[in-house]
Amino acid sequence: MTTQAAPPPGGAGPAQAPAQVPAEEFARVQQSPEFAELRRSHRSFAFPLTVAFIAWYLLYVLLSNYAGDFMGTKLFGNVNVALVLGLAQFATTFLIAWLYSRHAAAKLDPKAQAIKDRLEGGA
Amino acid sequence: MSAIPHLTTAAGATEHRPLIITLFGLFVVATLIITVWAGRQTKDAADFYAGGRQFTGFQNGLAISGDYMSAASFLGIAGAIALFGYDGFLYSIGFLVAWLVALLLVAEPLRNSGRYTMGDVLAYRMRQRPVRTAAGASTIVVSIFYLLAQMAGAGVLVSLLLGITADGGKIAVVALVGVLMIVYVTIGGMKGTTWVQMIKAVLLIAGTLLITFLVLLKFNFNISALLGQAAEHSGKGAKFLEPGLKYGKDSLSKLDFFSLGLALVLGTAGLPHILIRFYTVPTAKAARKSVNWAIGIIGAFYLMTIALGFGAAALLNRDDIIKSNKAGNTAAPLLAQAVGGGPDSTGGAILLAVISAVAFATILAVVAGLTLASSSSFAHDIYVNVIRKGRATEKEEVRAARWSTVVIGAVAIFLGALARDMNVAGLVALAFAVAASANLPTILYSLFWKRFTTQGALWSIYGGLISAVGLVLFSPVVSGKPTSMFKDADFYWFPLENPGIISIPLGFLLGWLGTVLSKEKADPQKYAELEVRSLTGTGAH
Repeated sequence: MTTQAAPPPGGAGPAQAPAQVPAEEFARVQQSPEFAELRRSHRSFAFPLTVAFIAWYLLYVLLSNYAGDFMGTKLFGNVNVALVLGLAQFATTFLIAWLYSRHAAAKLDPKAQAIKDRLEGGA
Repeated sequence: MSAIPHLTTAAGATEHRPLIITLFGLFVVATLIITVWAGRQTKDAADFYAGGRQFTGFQNGLAISGDYMSAASFLGIAGAIALFGYDGFLYSIGFLVAWLVALLLVAEPLRNSGRYTMGDVLAYRMRQRPVRTAAGASTIVVSIFYLLAQMAGAGVLVSLLLGITADGGKIAVVALVGVLMIVYVTIGGMKGTTWVQMIKAVLLIAGTLLITFLVLLKFNFNISALLGQAAEHSGKGAKFLEPGLKYGKDSLSKLDFFSLGLALVLGTAGLPHILIRFYTVPTAKAARKSVNWAIGIIGAFYLMTIALGFGAAALLNRDDIIKSNKAGNTAAPLLAQAVGGGPDSTGGAILLAVISAVAFATILAVVAGLTLASSSSFAHDIYVNVIRKGRATEKEEVRAARWSTVVIGAVAIFLGALARDMNVAGLVALAFAVAASANLPTILYSLFWKRFTTQGALWSIYGGLISAVGLVLFSPVVSGKPTSMFKDADFYWFPLENPGIISIPLGFLLGWLGTVLSKEKADPQKYAELEVRSLTGTGAH
């Protein structure tokens, strides 16, 4: 991509006063292939994963409700399937949080930062 | 007197009162000093609403944990596990998994595109006044229900821990909690509230860690032995470790549990007092980090509730737990006393006092967060943007926020005192259901659906809000059963206590329907702005 037009004046205080970006710029950036790529990287990761962990959680709730015998099967000592699946919910939650954060740091943050810098004129 | 009857009244034993009150007092003095210090640094609206946006991801993660882990989850879950075994643990899991919705879909875009409230994001692309009004209404309803449950619970709990039985004593406790929360929020704003929540989180984790360690020590760190003794001691045998004791009675209670699970997992990311915490950090990356810390801390805490709950079942007498509090809310303090050496030992007295003080700190931090969320929304969404049409100075806005804190706090004290003898535990579940039915659909459509319109937003907010509240109004939570809020009235026809299974799909459906049926088209320019800002952080406040 070519360099963007100069930002409007007033991008002085970076954190306190948000940079002013004209409305047309947002529309133009939104149509750009880079932004489409950023959106796709976020959605194609976050959406299916959200559906998956909600389904996995609801499956666990349904099993607790309607599969009592299976859930009560003892695995070792007094530890049964219900407890192990419950702990598995903890494990998958930690795992998904870690996976998403790794994905975001590697794939989302650099793209987002590049677009932001260009829009705000590197301010 | 033998040790057994002593234990039954131990949580209310008056000889421990001085120590418990001293620890309460220490916490109150320390937090008030911090509040005054934070108040001196609170100058503009960003300070009051968002603590100057200067907290780190870790600090905010701690504060989120402090905001989220209510007395209901600390004492309630430990008690539910102690009495119902495995079914008590089911709550913890929904409360934790729910954070992934916040992490993957909500925290970062919200931080990037909003300023102070949930309404900022919902109204971003829409006609301001109607959507701000709806967002404000929903925020206040969710927060007040939640607050009411905490306040009434505080009255019961603190009275129990201090051995206060007089009615006037309970009212005094509710008033004290209310006045403290008003002071924290009006003087300290978000900065003061955040520090109170961080301190509380540290105390709560340290307290549960200690008790967990002592419980496990008794079983030589053999979890299976702990579970075995809990099952045996509960009188229910292996059933105690399986699902079904609490929710498995009939097909209706199973459906109710499914409905609850749905509200828990989808509600968290729509709770206004949680959402405004994301504005206290400088960037979306820091918001992500805070959620990660929160997931770690909250997850560890809920894992420890297993040891607390099953520990209480294994080490305490079931009848004693029930005699002290029917719902098991004092199981954790009683357990602390037992692992500290028993009711007659100094160790037992100290641990009981410590855990009681932690419970008190827990309540204060949560009610402060809820009050801040509702007063922020009233001042920023309704007063400034609807009543004054956006033409208020920052000074006027902060003043309005402080006054709304006083008013909302006073209302909460009044309602909390009225509800002191009602069973209001169902109100927390209702708050989650409204958040999942009204707020979450609107947030997700606003952020991710280009065609979403003002009418869609209004339909999803009001549709989700009214259906969730309406169904609960006509459910056994409110009337018709001995456990209802109004046990003498009977006007219920909706059989479930949890409306989520109907109101959540309805909220999503109405948001979609309102959009496709609206004559007004979505503004593509505005969506471009919101989408680019929410994903990149361009022009973030």
